[in-house]
Amino acid sequence: MKPKIAFFDFASCEGCQLQVVNLEAEMLDVVGAVDIVQFREAMTEKSDDYAIAFVEGSITREKDIPRLKKIREQAAILVALGACATIGGVNCLKNFQPLDEVRKYVYGDKADWYETFPARPIDAVVPVDYYIHGCPIHKDELLKVVKSLLLGKKPEIPTYPICVECKRAGNVCVFELGSTCLGPVTRAGCGAWCPTHRDNCAGCRGLVPDPNTNAEKEVLKKYGLTVDQAVGQFRIFLGYAEVAK
Amino acid sequence: MKNININVDHVTRVEGHGNIVVNVKEGKIEECKWEVVEAPRFFEAFVRGRSYLELAHITSRICGICSIGHTLCSLQATEAALGVKISEQTRLLRRILIQGENLQSHVLHAYFLAAPDFVGAPSVFPLVKTHPEVVVRALRMKKLANDLCDVFGGRTVHPITPTVNGFTKLPGIKEIKAIRQRLAEAVPDLEATLELFKTLKIPDFKRETEYISLKSKEEYALYDGVIASTDAGTTPVENYRSWTNEYLVPHSTAKYTKHVRDTYMVGALARFNNNHDQLSPQAKKAAEELGLQAPCYNPFMITVAQVVEAVHAVFEIIRLIDEVLDKGLKEEDRRILLKGGKGVGAVDVPRGILFHDYTYDKNGICLEANCIIPTNQNHANIQKDMEALLPQILDRPQEKIRLSLEMLVRAYDPCISCSTHLLQVKFV
Ligand code: SF4
Ligand code: SF4
Ligand code: SF4
Ligand SMILES: [Fe+2]
Repeated sequence: MKPKIAFFDFASCEGCQLQVVNLEAEMLDVVGAVDIVQFREAMTEKSDDYAIAFVEGSITREKDIPRLKKIREQAAILVALGACATIGGVNCLKNFQPLDEVRKYVYGDKADWYETFPARPIDAVVPVDYYIHGCPIHKDELLKVVKSLLLGKKPEIPTYPICVECKRAGNVCVFELGSTCLGPVTRAGCGAWCPTHRDNCAGCRGLVPDPNTNAEKEVLKKYGLTVDQAVGQFRIFLGYAEVAK
Repeated sequence: MKNININVDHVTRVEGHGNIVVNVKEGKIEECKWEVVEAPRFFEAFVRGRSYLELAHITSRICGICSIGHTLCSLQATEAALGVKISEQTRLLRRILIQGENLQSHVLHAYFLAAPDFVGAPSVFPLVKTHPEVVVRALRMKKLANDLCDVFGGRTVHPITPTVNGFTKLPGIKEIKAIRQRLAEAVPDLEATLELFKTLKIPDFKRETEYISLKSKEEYALYDGVIASTDAGTTPVENYRSWTNEYLVPHSTAKYTKHVRDTYMVGALARFNNNHDQLSPQAKKAAEELGLQAPCYNPFMITVAQVVEAVHAVFEIIRLIDEVLDKGLKEEDRRILLKGGKGVGAVDVPRGILFHDYTYDKNGICLEANCIIPTNQNHANIQKDMEALLPQILDRPQEKIRLSLEMLVRAYDPCISCSTHLLQVKFV
């Protein structure tokens, strides 16, 4: 029997679900191998009988919590899809400001109509089985994870930093170009997407498991930065971990 | 007399969460409402304190589907605020990118999100079995548009290379030539697309409104120009606030807008109504074949206008690429003199005109931000269309009414992620 798969989204830009649709050529194979039972962005038909749930987005309000818990209860396997879901992502930038003021800034004297609390990743609310990192997720990794799940295997996600992939690609280090980069402490797996395009890595895949002992942090040291300073400069995606400290 | 209760929680095949609520008691319409229930995300508040170099990367994450549009609009606003004048080369490459996004977004919407309604399918997935050649063609066209955006922007969802005053890395000439070749080979796919959309029956409905888009002397405007309205002529983009007049409504987490009338429309049909003269000859011919004529007051024709714009995009990108190949690309000095200031950017993205407005301090740290999103500008118009459509279809079975209202909402291709993010239909 084909595994039943469902997609859900909380506060997000839906870019990671779009990456699923963007599989294009491979999409037909995937669609053939699984049974997609819920995917609001792409389909109307839906069923609450699913085994694997892909969840995109951060949790940003009280009423998200029961909805997420229900998904967790139903799904045998829950996969966090993209940085919003895996590490909190861009939504957590608001956690650095007083939330009443944030609401007022956007909604003025009607601020009370708009419920919000500090943004958080999925695993701050329920246990997550697998993570597909990135903002957005990378199609190759998505396929790799889906294939492992179909084979009943645990997907292998790199624990070494972006610098490894970056050097392998033969890129000029962006530090040499006068920029600052989080590649030394960010989890690899995107093929050093940004440095390969001569932009810095901003850490969207989250930190490696051991940022303070990892060898590549020497790169930061060479340019006079501690891990904390570097992460502080790039809170675009890593704000949740930073505030939690 | 008839009772109708429709309650579509989270309209499907749209980006984000929205609801339709309809309540008819003994033939009398008591409620007919379009609600946006997306979780608000507060971008305008949290970009404050961030550097001018990060703003485009952050605001790109307002929406995955229009991330190129947000990126370019954000860069425009930053450049206007900091007094940066971009080169012709940068402008040329950005115009290719925005056409690429328009192509990919329109193919996605027309084929995957809208077309299933016309053939009575709940999604594109059943079509894989029943109409495989259609699905394969749609995927091929979408892949072409995505590959093009990868070449020119480094990545199609949240582009990497576009930055303040240029690109971190220029596209390779070899890759550009390969894309040009594939665009030229896509013409039969465009023809087949026209044949398909010619056969779809578009509901007959009309409600005249105000149509707002960018307008440019030079071309069918997407990347830059002035704001144009069918009711009020044109105005520079800096005046966007007095032309959009954002306000809040209690049943929606998205903001609404109005201008001359109670509501106005933005997007492919608004652009077509304002700028159809400037379409490429092939796109004009496509419009004629599909029965789209300006001015068109039928919102269900938005999908048709998107197909026409997709044809335009292919020929326009070929023309712009030829200009690139003719002039060649060279590395440019992107350094700027940092100072404070305030500036507005405006780009006509797939779903309509988008504004970003930033104020920076002298170190390039963002102090104030305001973004006005296309779908927010359409919400009030969707509401008025629903109110006009419902009485005309009240005699139909409830399921048919529901489908028509959903189709109407879907025709707008609402991007609720953008507008905060949401679409549901409730008939209570
Ligand atoms: S991780 Fe990034 S691309 Fe994915 S949904 Fe969140 S903001 Fe969008
Ligand atoms: S610091 Fe960044 S640019 Fe330099 S090698 Fe590491 S990942 Fe590449
Ligand atoms: S290089 Fe860094 S910021 Fe870019 S995609 Fe990879 S992890 Fe994310
Ligand atoms: Fe959008």
